Amino acid sequence: MSVLVNRDTRVLVQGLGKTGRFHTDNAIAYGTNMVGAVHPSRFGETESFSGDTDHSGVQGRPDRYTAELPIFRSVAEAADATGANACVVYVPPPFAADAIMEAGEAGIPLIICITEGIPVADMVIAKRYLADRDVRLVGPNCPGVITPQQCKIGIMPGYIHTPGKIGVVSRSGTLTYEAVHQLTLNGLGQTTAIGIGGDPVNGTNFVDCLALFNDDPETEGVIMIGEIGGTAEEEAAEWIEANMTKPMAGFIAGTSAPPGKRMGHAGAIISGGKGTAEAKIEALEAAGVVVAPTPTDMGTAMFEAMRASAS
Amino acid sequence: MKIHEYQAKALMKEAGIPVPAGVMVTTPDEASAAASALVAETGNPVVVVKSQIHAGGRGKGRFVEYPELGGVSVVLEGIEGGVEATQAKVAKLASEMLGSTLVTVQTGPEGKMVNRLYIEQGIDIATELYLSVLLDRSTSRNIVMASTEGGTEIEVVAEETPEKILREEIDPAFGLTDFQAARISYALGLEGTAVRNGMKFLKDLTQAAVDLDADLIEINPLVVTTDGTVMALDGKMSFEENALFRHPNIVALRDPSEEDPAEAKAKEHGLSFIKLDGTIGCMVNGAGLAMATMDIIKYVGGEPANFLDVGGGADKDQIAAAFKIITSDPNVKGIFVNIFGGIMRCDTIAEGVVAAVHEVGLEVPLVVRLEGTNVELGKQIINESGLNVVSADDMKDGAVKIVELSQ
Repeated sequence: MSVLVNRDTRVLVQGLGKTGRFHTDNAIAYGTNMVGAVHPSRFGETESFSGDTDHSGVQGRPDRYTAELPIFRSVAEAADATGANACVVYVPPPFAADAIMEAGEAGIPLIICITEGIPVADMVIAKRYLADRDVRLVGPNCPGVITPQQCKIGIMPGYIHTPGKIGVVSRSGTLTYEAVHQLTLNGLGQTTAIGIGGDPVNGTNFVDCLALFNDDPETEGVIMIGEIGGTAEEEAAEWIEANMTKPMAGFIAGTSAPPGKRMGHAGAIISGGKGTAEAKIEALEAAGVVVAPTPTDMGTAMFEAMRASAS
Repeated sequence: MKIHEYQAKALMKEAGIPVPAGVMVTTPDEASAAASALVAETGNPVVVVKSQIHAGGRGKGRFVEYPELGGVSVVLEGIEGGVEATQAKVAKLASEMLGSTLVTVQTGPEGKMVNRLYIEQGIDIATELYLSVLLDRSTSRNIVMASTEGGTEIEVVAEETPEKILREEIDPAFGLTDFQAARISYALGLEGTAVRNGMKFLKDLTQAAVDLDADLIEINPLVVTTDGTVMALDGKMSFEENALFRHPNIVALRDPSEEDPAEAKAKEHGLSFIKLDGTIGCMVNGAGLAMATMDIIKYVGGEPANFLDVGGGADKDQIAAAFKIITSDPNVKGIFVNIFGGIMRCDTIAEGVVAAVHEVGLEVPLVVRLEGTNVELGKQIINESGLNVVSADDMKDGAVKIVELSQ
């Protein structure tokens, strides 16, 4: 088991430019079931992929892979023709929110948007548009979602992952990699790792992911990685206190960040005294989460949380 | 991106939002001429001289050079002395304020130099209120925040009398509705013609926030004049960086003198850089990891000199540029490169670091922690470079080493 994506996930890619093509190729090498592309200017063509299989991904495949991806002009047409049940958006920022809405209109149940730099106002509208539809958006400005050896959607390096027991959810890409890497080295492994993104307006939040992990029988613990800005971590802490049945570790980036400065991510800013790392750490600790003092300690914090819950 | 008050008011005026008449000036002569023109135009003998810097709290702020002088001065001399008295006073204020350093609660103790003044007409104020439009992250919508406590910082109101803050959520599909605008106007205590004026003000302001991609518009104080006009007496606007591509007119309002030169240079190279006060320079990939690297330096007893995210696809030139920016800070006593190579390969980073050190030289200790794709190759390149570089096993190990070496 896992959450959001697995070996039955059939993925469309929206935006087959340089970035989209590169990561689609990596996904196919990993064994992700990529079924088509949406790129209106290349409607009717096919895109060919081939190369050395990434054996850290789906097991039992030959050493070389080849794939032909049909290119469509709309998500609805692509979904009809391919039976896709997920899509990944690499469309450039000015057009990305529209691409998300198009996927929502076509009823793609899982929309993962990697694009960084989408105007907030566009995301406010896109989120409103999706609110009435039975679809889930992950991101934008995120590394994507991976269930090790089953399905990799996004830009994360596949080989650092290994199947296991821990769910990972994070606002930061590279800190997700740190956590995943430690979980691979210490043998706990991952069920699914979800990047929810560093933007102030995003689709899936911590609470959504924690609920999914809580209901997933294979997930035995969760690492949650937050950062300064907003109150998503505080809201998660409230939810954890009331609902979470599994041990949790966490990390919050930005204890040394000055107020009023945007720390790289559009959403990482302390404004009006709100959104400090201290407040988030305090809320999570009060909810029983073992908060690692540094990213290097995330893996051991997970062990500690699991030991504490077992005793 | 922040802009000055006078620029924000010009944008508001274009959007049909009432603001006082005013002129931006950069010399005492211009200030004096602007004052007499304003008095002639409005018939009001009172003018206000307002320092233009990208920081709030100007009214209560004081100049380093003139400890009695505030950043905003109301000139009343014209009531009895006529326009000549106004001009003389405005010219004197301008000569003191321009080129002097204003310290406010938001500038930090070092203050900011005042290079521009806004000369504004005096207004007969009946009531001072507070209004802002901003993104509410928990609902993913813009909200209007309004309060009867005009002139006070909203953070203070939120702390002391939170019941005096009204929040109205805007559905992006419909914008602020009439009934919502009316509800806010009633809550602000507006009466008579001021209700209609207030509603129009609110609708125009919330629409302007969307049209301009402003992430914050704050009017403090919003005033009701003795004749029922609702007007922005002060105006602060900031804009969302991701949306600037579609607003060249706003980009043109950028004031480079308000920006840190190193941060501006980093931006030119596509790097995300923020200058801090410490001694350990950091070069990291990924915003979260870059923040966490600063944190861990502090955790082990050091102080970070900067935030620097080179991004997921930096090339050798960008790495070199990043190095130059870090080493140009005289406070830097050591550098910590912390990379988790995902898409970015460790060997590329290593080559970039070695090339940059050869180009710009290295006079402080350098600790490099590499992890991820092609890590062995990356370490080999560093080890065989002959440079005085210390390798770290993990992030904490690296932080400990650089803090020790830089002491």
